[in-house]
Amino acid sequence: MSLDLDKIQKIVTDPTLNPSQKARFLSLEAENALPYPEGDPEAAQALADGVLCDLVEGHAPYKPRYVLPDFGVLLANGSDYLELAPPRTLDEAINCLMIAWHHTPSVTAMPVFIGHLDQLLLPFCDGVGHDDLVTKIRLLWRYIDRVLPDAFLHTNIGPEDNRVARAILQVDAELKQIAPNLTLLYDPETTGETLLRMATDNIAACSKPHIANHPLHEAAFDARGYGIVSCYNALPAAGGAGTLVRLNLHEVARRSEGVEDFLQRALPHYMELQFRLIETRMSWLFERSGFFENFIVEEGWIDRDRFTAMFGIYGMAEAVNLLREKDGLPGQYGFDTKANELGYRISEQMAAKVEATPVKHAWRGRALLHSQAGISSDLEATPGVRIPYGTEPDPVTHVKALAPHHRFYPSGISEILTIDETVKANPQALYTLAKGALASGMREFTANVAGNDLVRVTGYMIRLSDVKKYRNKEGSRINTTGLGAEAAEVTGILERKPRVIGHEYAQGYGQ
Amino acid sequence: MNTPRATVSKLLPFSCVDGPGNRLVLFLQGCNFACLTCHNPHTMALCTHCGDCIPACPTGALELRAGRVEFDPALCTQCDDCLRACPINANPMVREMSLPEVLDVLRENLPFLDGITVSGGEATTQLKFLVALFAAVKYAPDLAHLSCLVDSNGYLGPGGWARLLPVVDGVMLDIKALDAETHRRLTGQDNARVLDSARLLHAAGKLQEIRFLVIPGVTDTEAEIVALTEFLHELDPAPRLRLNAFQAHGVRPPAAVWPTASRDGMEAVAQRLSDLGVMRIETPTVYL
Repeated sequence: MSLDLDKIQKIVTDPTLNPSQKARFLSLEAENALPYPEGDPEAAQALADGVLCDLVEGHAPYKPRYVLPDFGVLLANGSDYLELAPPRTLDEAINCLMIAWHHTPSVTAMPVFIGHLDQLLLPFCDGVGHDDLVTKIRLLWRYIDRVLPDAFLHTNIGPEDNRVARAILQVDAELKQIAPNLTLLYDPETTGETLLRMATDNIAACSKPHIANHPLHEAAFDARGYGIVSCYNALPAAGGAGTLVRLNLHEVARRSEGVEDFLQRALPHYMELQFRLIETRMSWLFERSGFFENFIVEEGWIDRDRFTAMFGIYGMAEAVNLLREKDGLPGQYGFDTKANELGYRISEQMAAKVEATPVKHAWRGRALLHSQAGISSDLEATPGVRIPYGTEPDPVTHVKALAPHHRFYPSGISEILTIDETVKANPQALYTLAKGALASGMREFTANVAGNDLVRVTGYMIRLSDVKKYRNKEGSRINTTGLGAEAAEVTGILERKPRVIGHEYAQGYGQ
Repeated sequence: MNTPRATVSKLLPFSCVDGPGNRLVLFLQGCNFACLTCHNPHTMALCTHCGDCIPACPTGALELRAGRVEFDPALCTQCDDCLRACPINANPMVREMSLPEVLDVLRENLPFLDGITVSGGEATTQLKFLVALFAAVKYAPDLAHLSCLVDSNGYLGPGGWARLLPVVDGVMLDIKALDAETHRRLTGQDNARVLDSARLLHAAGKLQEIRFLVIPGVTDTEAEIVALTEFLHELDPAPRLRLNAFQAHGVRPPAAVWPTASRDGMEAVAQRLSDLGVMRIETPTVYL
């Protein structure tokens, strides 16, 4: 509860941080020197024990975790506070948005949502030629990546096919940047096969965009709509999420005697504590933080009543495997039908409880269940309901094992399908896989083409790491000059750019 | 009704390297070639139930029952120790599948599929099943949109092709070498039937592509490249030529010590073929 002056000294003098990174870490130290919002002691204990996790949102939530402004309000009305007249041209509209993003808060210092960009810009595109449009979007993309370099910063396009969406996909594949992250809202009725095919061809080139199942998401929200932000979170448009608290199902399983004890006693107990912690954080934000006196509320970019609370869960795979082991049952999550069915049962039970439990201040008075995508520090707990890394089955079996979970998670659930790079020569396969996954009830289709150790060539699978080991051992016998260069090329693909990171998970200095 | 059954080495519901789009691939057990460069040598022979693999299994997934090696997939951890113990390049994990069983698997995966490819081993060694499967796919209204392809070494004779051609959409044909002696050394068989198969399939409009394995010092010689070019020029319009790169990892001796084909080497072969007038050349997307 007090400032660690040594740590602050380290932050200020750290040569690896730039001044704004230092300012951000200093602000986190200051916030977290305040006492944690006062609440239920049992929930606080569960948080300390690691059964619950608040994703280090901070001790004083003075802004909602995720904010999804309705930028259409700004483009229609301009802003008194920012002294902006309503834009009349595409350049003015883009300029207004660039200014607005700077005033969009989130759990990070950067926006996680920059709007349904095609819908926002389309009305300003009359008389703008294709080449002009592409040039403007290319410059905008450069601005976003250099000024707001956050992997969680997200824009949406679709569901209707339109020229701005196509121009965005063209630029995104050309530049292959991490920011902005991109989701295509896909509706089989209105998106059309051409735009979907453009999207899946882009995935083969740069593992983006994600493809959201628009009819499923649309049904979970209301007429004002929704947006996909950050790590595939689906949230009310003109609102967002006040907080995200998550439950480690593996830890709950450890505190259970077996399947029935988990379902009847332990899970309801820890869910109850999770609701208490959510209430504590939401109350602080809505009743004490002063956030909702912000101009973006007064000018109608966001509505105080449209912020949900995200009820996150993770570690399903380990929970199911441990519970079945305790009951003496064989079969691994992701592969065994009975193990998968236990997972669906747990999801269904949690969904029913979340739908039945009132949460003060939350949109519609309820939290929304969320399969949380994990953070790099998680140990022995796989993200959300995913199958543990490195043990995933082929993509089709993978989708079929997880799709039945998807209807239970309205605020988002993501699986990352790893597809080996040979798909680049056959992008039709990716297109068919995406269509099949969405038709199977997946809320979101995400495929990672690069960074996969497992490569299937012509009838056999091979791990790149095995080849590397083999090469090192056999190096004296084989001409390695060319091979070394190849290996460097291959592993180069696996590396990510350090300049652009996921700020949401840079939770504090030294973490 | 006596429907043919398949001896299946492996079934994959996702493949993007066995024809256009996503394909379900059925690997059939048994091959009439014995390629030195085979990456799946355990698909060559059919199990004789000698039982040598049983002590090699660390989880007891194999046992001898009534003179037959029986395999329990629930206990298998895919360590493949049994394959290494097999003295004849067979596989105790193969399973027999009936035609309705294979059709059920196709239907379970239907939303994800553009087609089915039957590979091996050598797919055409189970010709009766192959013809029955493709005919069933073509006649079932819900499956008829799936394309039916075969990976083949081309050793099937004209009588066999005549049975398969009415129901197959295309054949991806391997030509291991143009020089007869080199082909015999690499595969144990003569290549005259392979080249005849290529001509026959091309004339029927069913030659999906020719695949050629580039082995440094063996099949990338000027003589091989010129012979390949001359053969391809016989076929008009030109079929697609897919160049595969030999990879020593996973191959048995003596080929295990042969040098792997590098990106530079592959590109040099492709360039030479192109200079000689060969069209539609595809090189690998990924080099190992």
